[in-house]
Amino acid sequence: MRDRSNMGLKLHLVLFYTFLYVPILVLMALSFNRAGLPTVWTGFSLEWYGKLFTADPILSAARNTLIVALISTVLATIFGTLLAVGVETRHNSSVLDAVLFAPMIIPDIVLAIALLSFFTLLNMTLGLHSIILSHVVFNIAFVVAVVRTRMRNFDHSILEASADLGASEFTTFRRILLPAIAPGVIAGALLSFTLSVDEFIIAFFTAGAGQSSTTLPMQIYAMIRFGVTPEINAMATIVMFVSFTLVFFAQRTDKEVFSR
Amino acid sequence: MNQGVQLRNITKRYGLVTAIDNVSLDIRDNEFFALLGPSGCGKTTLLRTLAGFETPQEGQVIVAGQNVTNIRPSRRPLNLMFQSYALFPHMSVEKNIAYGLEMEKLPKDEIATRVAEVLESAKLSGFAGRKPDQLSGGQRQRVALARALVKRPKVLLLDEPLSALDKKLREEMQLELKRLQHEVGITFLIVTHDQEEALVMADRIAVLHDGKLAQVGTPHELYEHPGSRFVADFIGVMNFLNGNAVDGGVDVDGAGMLRGVSELRGAATIAVRPERVSLMQTAPQDGRNCLPGTVEEVAYHGSDLGVHVRVRGGRSTLSARVPAGQADRECIQPGQDVYCVWDAKHSRILPNC
Repeated sequence: MRDRSNMGLKLHLVLFYTFLYVPILVLMALSFNRAGLPTVWTGFSLEWYGKLFTADPILSAARNTLIVALISTVLATIFGTLLAVGVETRHNSSVLDAVLFAPMIIPDIVLAIALLSFFTLLNMTLGLHSIILSHVVFNIAFVVAVVRTRMRNFDHSILEASADLGASEFTTFRRILLPAIAPGVIAGALLSFTLSVDEFIIAFFTAGAGQSSTTLPMQIYAMIRFGVTPEINAMATIVMFVSFTLVFFAQRTDKEVFSR
Repeated sequence: MNQGVQLRNITKRYGLVTAIDNVSLDIRDNEFFALLGPSGCGKTTLLRTLAGFETPQEGQVIVAGQNVTNIRPSRRPLNLMFQSYALFPHMSVEKNIAYGLEMEKLPKDEIATRVAEVLESAKLSGFAGRKPDQLSGGQRQRVALARALVKRPKVLLLDEPLSALDKKLREEMQLELKRLQHEVGITFLIVTHDQEEALVMADRIAVLHDGKLAQVGTPHELYEHPGSRFVADFIGVMNFLNGNAVDGGVDVDGAGMLRGVSELRGAATIAVRPERVSLMQTAPQDGRNCLPGTVEEVAYHGSDLGVHVRVRGGRSTLSARVPAGQADRECIQPGQDVYCVWDAKHSRILPNC
């Protein structure tokens, strides 16, 4: 009886993972297909990867994506960590909590329109900098969430102990608080980098016109209008690989945070 | 110059709640002083006020002659040992202890010498490289103590330092702390809810009740001459009989006149410690207080017996502690009639509240 129900569960698991990963595996396989047709396998080739690295629009889009992801991650990590520390050590208000979570929950499209209206209202020129600012907005929310989880199960009296032993607030932050929450901070940074790399809607709305501020997801979207080409498969494979690696390391650095 | 601690008219309110209500204390140099009280009495708030983590609305904190009321915790010449120990989890034992000295910007070799000294005296030399989570509770407690003491503070504050240890280790550490205090010769101020711990360790004790100072005195004074019913009840075990104070004693409802000395008149409580009560089969005619009753329960404690006696004609019970060796086992059986006898000088007459 138990064996049979176990079998059922196993089958369920296999089907579940098949459904999740087979499309991705197909995409990865096709990126190595010589013919470039999604229907027939004609042999192994790295041709499409080679094309990818010589295509100017794609390279510049990749560079833009890296710039956006790096800068927005650094800013979001700094401000998000400070925000999390401030909220956890000084204030406790459910209103503040809700406001902090909002950018995570609000649909991207709404956030995108809101940001675009805001930038237009300020008469700001759009470009990479506006994408960076927009990504900082939602990345902060994720960094705050991860760092706060980390802070919740640590003994706040170590901060008082540090002050009692003669440390200034800054020294306490640098030598006691930061090392204690470091895994959370790193996990938050990796998470926001990943989110930024494959974010499309908000970047699309706040990028403005022109190739100079096109990010990789936007470039893929532009190319896909002419059909799914093998280059896109190759690029998607690379992007996925990068994201996957980052999430893997994020999980490794903060098992506690992710196991909640 | 006075090296001790003075608290002058400290009042601390949280909204409408008064956590500390006009408390003044004078803690002498090199004294082992205990703040004792039930949970919520304000003792920890008072300690945190001293350490600088709470700012009182009124009053002054003076340490070694210096008014530190508005000085940050990091600048006060005292150190606190936290109830949770608050060891830095990412630092080794050695680094934990050195941290406070690094904050003083002492030369590296002096830090190393002092840390090594403290490690040695705390019997932690073998654990210098370990992280706090690789230590036992008792070892963690010693690291916390060493970390505070290595700073050579004028006053060491200890917040329930032994509450996380098991009973046997706790009793060992009580004596250990007392020895240590003699050795280092600084003022120790300990917060505890355990009256036995306070009696064993402290030179003087301040009992706090609802944010107010109930009584200050040596363990002997508090035990033998409690100033209020609260103190009498909180410290040790006490029998209470309600009645009416008159000349020479208290007229207890249904039990008659019990002798004791007091200036109190009117509604009052006469109190006597269980170990002062002896049980007899016949009433002595020597002027001692004598209450007839029936043995209700006998509890065996090894060295002595705890006997509960229902007082005849009254609703109250009286407990007596009788040395097991001397107890006449025949007479101390449930259902036996006995006389509870004690000397008038062991009666304490207290206001009835």
